[in-house]
Amino acid sequence: MSAKSKDRLATAGLYVIVGIIITTLAGLLGLVFVKGIPQLSWQFITSPPQIFKEGGGVGPQLFNSFYLLVLTLIISVPIAIGAGIYLAEYAKDHWIIRCIRVLIEVLSSLPSIVVGLFGFLFFVLYMGWGFSILSGAFALSVFNLPLLVRVVEQSIRNVPKSQREAGWALGFSKWETITTIILPAALPGIVTGVILASGRVFGEAAALIYTAGMSTPIIDFTNWNPLSPTSPLNPFRPAETMAVHIWKINGEGIMPDAAAISDGAAALLIISILFFNFASRIIGHLMFKKMSAN
Amino acid sequence: MAKMIKEMEHPLYRKSNKMRMERFGKWLTFLSVALTAAITAAILFLVFSKGLSTFITNEGSVKDFFTGTTWNPAEVNSLGKPIIGALPFLVGSIAVTGISALLSAPLAIGAAIFMSEIAPRTGKRIMQPVIELLVGIPSVVYGFIGLTVVVPLLRDLFPGSGFGIAAGTIVLSVMILPTVTSLALDAIQSVPRSLREASLALGSTRWQMICKVVLKTAKPGLMMAIIFGMARAFGEALAVQMVIGNASVIPHSLFEPASTVTSILTMGMGYTVMGQVENNALWSLALVLLLMSLFFTITVRMIGKGKNS
Repeated sequence: MSAKSKDRLATAGLYVIVGIIITTLAGLLGLVFVKGIPQLSWQFITSPPQIFKEGGGVGPQLFNSFYLLVLTLIISVPIAIGAGIYLAEYAKDHWIIRCIRVLIEVLSSLPSIVVGLFGFLFFVLYMGWGFSILSGAFALSVFNLPLLVRVVEQSIRNVPKSQREAGWALGFSKWETITTIILPAALPGIVTGVILASGRVFGEAAALIYTAGMSTPIIDFTNWNPLSPTSPLNPFRPAETMAVHIWKINGEGIMPDAAAISDGAAALLIISILFFNFASRIIGHLMFKKMSAN
Repeated sequence: MAKMIKEMEHPLYRKSNKMRMERFGKWLTFLSVALTAAITAAILFLVFSKGLSTFITNEGSVKDFFTGTTWNPAEVNSLGKPIIGALPFLVGSIAVTGISALLSAPLAIGAAIFMSEIAPRTGKRIMQPVIELLVGIPSVVYGFIGLTVVVPLLRDLFPGSGFGIAAGTIVLSVMILPTVTSLALDAIQSVPRSLREASLALGSTRWQMICKVVLKTAKPGLMMAIIFGMARAFGEALAVQMVIGNASVIPHSLFEPASTVTSILTMGMGYTVMGQVENNALWSLALVLLLMSLFFTITVRMIGKGKNS
């Protein structure tokens, strides 16, 4: 075979591969949406699940997913920003720092079930928080931290050196330069990264089944006192998220419409993640525009 | 002497507020870094100490663990040691990971070549957003689709229940495909343009240029991409658990129920009591998982180092 016909054959092969991938992926998304979107209704999104009957919804699960996400971000974002600043601005090439970097990399590559088991042992049992939102939020923070640290460090490194020099030239100390000049300049990147990470946290299940638990007690959405046991805000109640709910009812669900509920919940999850993707793009773009003054 | 002391008390010798803030900021940020590292160290320590206690406290045999085929930690064998043969799960995990890497690597690399060499514009406009979106789809959704589509399909096509390594492999290869593709794309795109131009100038066809220059130069990066995918596949718990059938035997075909380290871990942890042999044995499985993940991380680092030097 001549080189030319080989070239044509290979190109055709690549088109076939891409065709296979696009069909698979389009089929996958199409399947989730076609089966799931008809299930979505206001009633489905707001009502609690049923155990034995048809017609349950995912209201509490949806709320739990968002509540856990918010708590996780409150815990992990400040730590990640601190760690990112240190690694980008202060860290020298010292063996301790190299060790720490390796540890953070190891953390980012740990399977999420291992993080979940650690959370089970440490937060649920050792700290005595039980299966609770708090345990879940801390476990998710552990899962989320290494990714966020990398995002923050990268965004800070991307700020041009001249901005730092401008700060020093004005007589700012290093810390003042970081807090007043570099951090604001790095903010668009950080926010985009945080929103993208949110999508990942939102769909995570393996780290949650043994920390936030697989059940939700009856909660009363009119009671917003965080200390009351029926309040949705109570951080010490168990909380099943949407991803965990999908997993659980496929394993042991006995309601007659378990498949339909999973369909709906899967579509809702993907829509939320799409939303996070778009939001990160739009917000990143808007902030960049505002910051760069044109 | 008296004059010296007086000078030292001069305001200029005192630490300024700025200096204090500087110190404070540096320590605060260092604490965050140290905390992150400490969490990792704590995870490693806990999993190691719990995982090893099967062999130390409960006197389980390491050889049995890696070669035995019966998993029944509650009982003891004739030597008085717990029956902890984890071979079926190890075989399951390795089979599922290996086959799904074999399936998705060519597809992923092909897609990456397409996106960077053949049709960069279509690649950027259509493929890239799709791939980025798919990286974010939760694994539970992949598992659910596997359960409702792949398992019934396999049940119709092949003898058996449809649950098994084949189903797990299909679900995992689709799941890691986007990750491997985007990493492979990075690797291929980082090949300098001048190399491509040199190759074309020598009269090679596009395919010769791709095969002999681009892929060869990008090889370490492509290896890293595949290993990342394998690490993800090995550690994935719920998607696999939903479709593999979870039978603790070594399957004779790809279409018989099997189990992986992660699926047994997910299923079993809730039904055992802390500190007992059954529970410790599960932690040993978690330790295996952790060691494999460390192995993948180290391999990626080694390849990365080789690439840079």
